[in-house]
Amino acid sequence: MHDLEYTYAVARIRALEVSLLSQSVIEQLMACKNERQCVQILVEKGWGDGTGTLDAVDMLKREEEKIWEVVSDLAPDLSVFDVLSYNKVFHNLKAAIKIVCTGVDNRAVFYNDCSISGDTMLQIVQNKEFQRLPSHMAQAAAEAYDTLLHTGDGQLCDVIVDKAALEAILQAGKDSGEEMIEHYAESITAIANIKIAVRCQKTGKSIEFMKRAMAKCDTVNVEQLAKAAASGMDAVKEYLLGTEYAKGAQALEDSPSAFERWCDNRMMETIKPQKYNAFSVGPLFAYVLARENEIKTVRIILSGKQNDFPDEVIRERIRDMYV
Amino acid sequence: MSIMENLGIVYALLGASIAVLLAGAGSAIGVGIAGQAASGVVTEDPNKFAQVLIMQLLPGTQGLYGLLVGFITLSKIGILGGNLAAVDVSTGLMILAACLPIGIVGLISGKSQGKTAAAAIGIVAKKPDQFGKAMLFPAMVETYAILALLISFLAVNGIQI
Repeated sequence: MHDLEYTYAVARIRALEVSLLSQSVIEQLMACKNERQCVQILVEKGWGDGTGTLDAVDMLKREEEKIWEVVSDLAPDLSVFDVLSYNKVFHNLKAAIKIVCTGVDNRAVFYNDCSISGDTMLQIVQNKEFQRLPSHMAQAAAEAYDTLLHTGDGQLCDVIVDKAALEAILQAGKDSGEEMIEHYAESITAIANIKIAVRCQKTGKSIEFMKRAMAKCDTVNVEQLAKAAASGMDAVKEYLLGTEYAKGAQALEDSPSAFERWCDNRMMETIKPQKYNAFSVGPLFAYVLARENEIKTVRIILSGKQNDFPDEVIRERIRDMYV
Repeated sequence: MSIMENLGIVYALLGASIAVLLAGAGSAIGVGIAGQAASGVVTEDPNKFAQVLIMQLLPGTQGLYGLLVGFITLSKIGILGGNLAAVDVSTGLMILAACLPIGIVGLISGKSQGKTAAAAIGIVAKKPDQFGKAMLFPAMVETYAILALLISFLAVNGIQI
């Protein structure tokens, strides 16, 4: 799509960016004595449904809904945002397969703010109408369903669906024709591969299992990463030092939460140039990521305050803000 | 009266048309782009209407410059007074050539200024106190439209009929 098509949307996003939470607001939240005080500040910042309700869960849910309300109102073409919704759609697929195969009906686990809602997904899996799913999903859905049904191995089912999700994200990134979205998809896939390697190393999984779980991408060689993970955590860190995720190796050494934080901060760094881009879909995409990032950070702070975690523990998990 | 006898007038009229048409199109595109950005900001913050309206108007000047050159040309060849001057082919071509700068530069600078104004509207959206600085960026593009206007104006005026 022509970049000038987004002129109206980008200008509106610029006006909305004023209300994004800055680092100083995060510090303000950190200085609060309890969750209630945090929620009060957020309500004053316009968070929630505007009625002044102080329920944190409802407030965060409403904020997530607001993101997509804004985007669907602004974007001339929503397909470029597919890359962001695949996680939810594939999650619905996993949940539907497990509900059908185990007979435990728990529809609360579904996401409904995505292209295939929980109920629709459940119906597709129940009737084995996998051809109704998008092509990048259909084969993985059938394979995961058969695997769970015949082996009862939930982990293997997850691996199949998660890998398909990563491949779909990569492909959607390439198809978008936007350098920034392509870069985002590549980063998401590479970081997912690194997380798989780390977890598999800790749980002693085989190289074959790792290769089956990882999705091939450009910035990380899955063969080498899997080999490194089979050799030990030091080998994983050593491998990462030779890639553009070298700083992630340092974070891995500190703690798993430090690595998660590094992943999110890296993404924020990547999208920051979009603050100065007046055209194209980039600023819209960056806004969605920035909002998701701040909601995630607020959730971490609220949970920390609710459970009386020490400030250092919460601070270790706080993400950098976009503005 | 055959067209060949009035070919000079035809060329001169073509020049006036090019000046008005291209410069006007440039402004229309530019004001349109800036208008989209202005609408985006006003949707979220109607208080910024006056500031973004000024930004939107900036790319509109090229159309006025084209109109000015068009008027002078029409006046020169006597169309405005209803008293057609005798314009030979070479003079007509000279007038056409004189009208080209504002036509072509007006088109390109109008579009470019519109894009710059849209970007500057982004500054106003986030930092309204920086309105003065923000306005300078699209205003810089105006320089080249003014230079083109100057040459077209001097050239049309300098042609003896």
